[in-house]
Amino acid sequence: MFARLPESGAEGVVVAIDDVAFEARAGDTVAAALLASGRASSRTSPVSGAARGPFCLMGVCFDCMVTIDGVPNQRACMVAIAAGMRITTQRGAPMPGEGVA
Amino acid sequence: MKIYDVAVVGAGPAGLVAATTTASLGLATIVFDESPSPGGQIYRAVTTTPVRRPELFGQDYSQGAGLVRSFRASGAEYLPATTVWAAARRAEGFDLGISGGRPGTRIGGTFAARALLVASGAIERPLPFPGWTLPGVLTAGAVQGLLKSSALAPSGRVVLAGSGPLLWQVAWQLTNAGVAIDRVLETIPRGRLAEAMRHAPGFMFSTYLARGLELVRTVRRRTSVVEHVAELQARGDGRVEAVRYAVDGEWAEIPADLLVVSHGVVPNVHLPAALGCELEWNADQSAFQPVADAWGGTSAVSVYVAGDVAGIAGARGAEARGRLAALAIANALGRIDVARRDQLAAPAQQALATTLRGRRFLDVLYRPAPAFLRPRGASLVCRCEEVTADSVRDAVRDGAATLHALKAATRCGMGPCQGRSCLGTATEILADELGVDPAVTAPPSIRFPLRPVTLAEFAAWPARVDAEAFVARDEAVL
Repeated sequence: MFARLPESGAEGVVVAIDDVAFEARAGDTVAAALLASGRASSRTSPVSGAARGPFCLMGVCFDCMVTIDGVPNQRACMVAIAAGMRITTQRGAPMPGEGVA
Repeated sequence: MKIYDVAVVGAGPAGLVAATTTASLGLATIVFDESPSPGGQIYRAVTTTPVRRPELFGQDYSQGAGLVRSFRASGAEYLPATTVWAAARRAEGFDLGISGGRPGTRIGGTFAARALLVASGAIERPLPFPGWTLPGVLTAGAVQGLLKSSALAPSGRVVLAGSGPLLWQVAWQLTNAGVAIDRVLETIPRGRLAEAMRHAPGFMFSTYLARGLELVRTVRRRTSVVEHVAELQARGDGRVEAVRYAVDGEWAEIPADLLVVSHGVVPNVHLPAALGCELEWNADQSAFQPVADAWGGTSAVSVYVAGDVAGIAGARGAEARGRLAALAIANALGRIDVARRDQLAAPAQQALATTLRGRRFLDVLYRPAPAFLRPRGASLVCRCEEVTADSVRDAVRDGAATLHALKAATRCGMGPCQGRSCLGTATEILADELGVDPAVTAPPSIRFPLRPVTLAEFAAWPARVDAEAFVARDEAVL
């Protein structure tokens, strides 16, 4: 769905997406890392259970909400990745701490 | 506690130029911006892009680097990755509730400023169609941002749909980056070009004309463009797999891994609306915008607007309006007299007039077709609460005659995006069902907090923390 331009100069940064290591790049937001990892969907809707994924990538739509380091409902597009960050896709409306190992 | 002279919200072209101007005139200036680096959406990641050939974005992109350089040299303070989620009037000026930092280590506090300039820019016009909530359907701005900030380019079968300058610009940039676009589905209705041509004489002098035509010609050479697409659907199981579209009632279906949509941009008015600025309906652009004078002064004392939040006029227009609002603020705060203000303003007024030439032609040509602006059926108007177009229409027929009543009846606008994705469409449907002009419907009532914040942040508002301590922590944590 998305591929890195071959001439991208950014260095690799390893994060965990649903407990699987993924090498993102410096400068990525969490949403960019999710899309780069091949995930179109990052949560399910708490209303119908339908799959949702990053849509606007500018903080408007809230469709890219994920759990980051144990904090649920974070806009993935507004958070810069950091080494070792734990990113968890969401099902419905999680409670704080849910999905944290 | 430090009281700033000017707080600027947004670090796009309007905010950058405004802050540079007020700081250069000796006013204590602070800029809050939700993005991690300056530039706004148009110059997103201009100082940090990993793309080694930024010329693929076009010559305009480099303009942003100059704005950032001047801003950095101006002495204005800058807090990236922060949100202004609340504002309250104090004796003179405002208390601003600020939230930022990383999840788990959130930081925030209250800043005070004598004057407030809102340069919150535009958001993409969210127009519902069946399947638009499927993963793999993204806005043109989203795809452009991924390319600029992360050097991520669409791959697989890529379809673009919609209309407007942004759609063509993104198509051009993607093909420059080597992306193969399977199809561009343009949604301008038949007859619209003739309608827009009435405003063509102005457009003949537009600075956009030559460049715009060349860009469209290049994209047409590189991809297959389908015109007058009247209906659009994204289909797939859990993600987009195909795009269906109709021209003159004839349907076609093409496979797709990514559907990129764009129907232009609309002012991002939540902050000025919550501050009590009166809003007015812009019929050409089909959107609410703050009522503002030629300097960006609003109906709310000491609140100014500049850039696309004040009505869409593009990046160069934003620069000019940022400069004008900054000069008006400097005058209002007693820093410069009226004669000096007018003298400094003249070049910006000239630049604004130049950039606005021919705007009406673009506004009329690219105003979305009624079928997209006023959807019917099962299309989700409210993405958050999953409220369909038909249920909004039913609620109006059942007596919900305002946005407020619609909200209570359907939950349209009550999800985490706080109505940013649906209130424009809800306004159009309301007007459609009531048989009135959207201009006579009441604009949405927006209240603080403008973003979801933690209970701790909410309970602490307005907490008077030392702004300098915040900045120090900001550097440590971000």
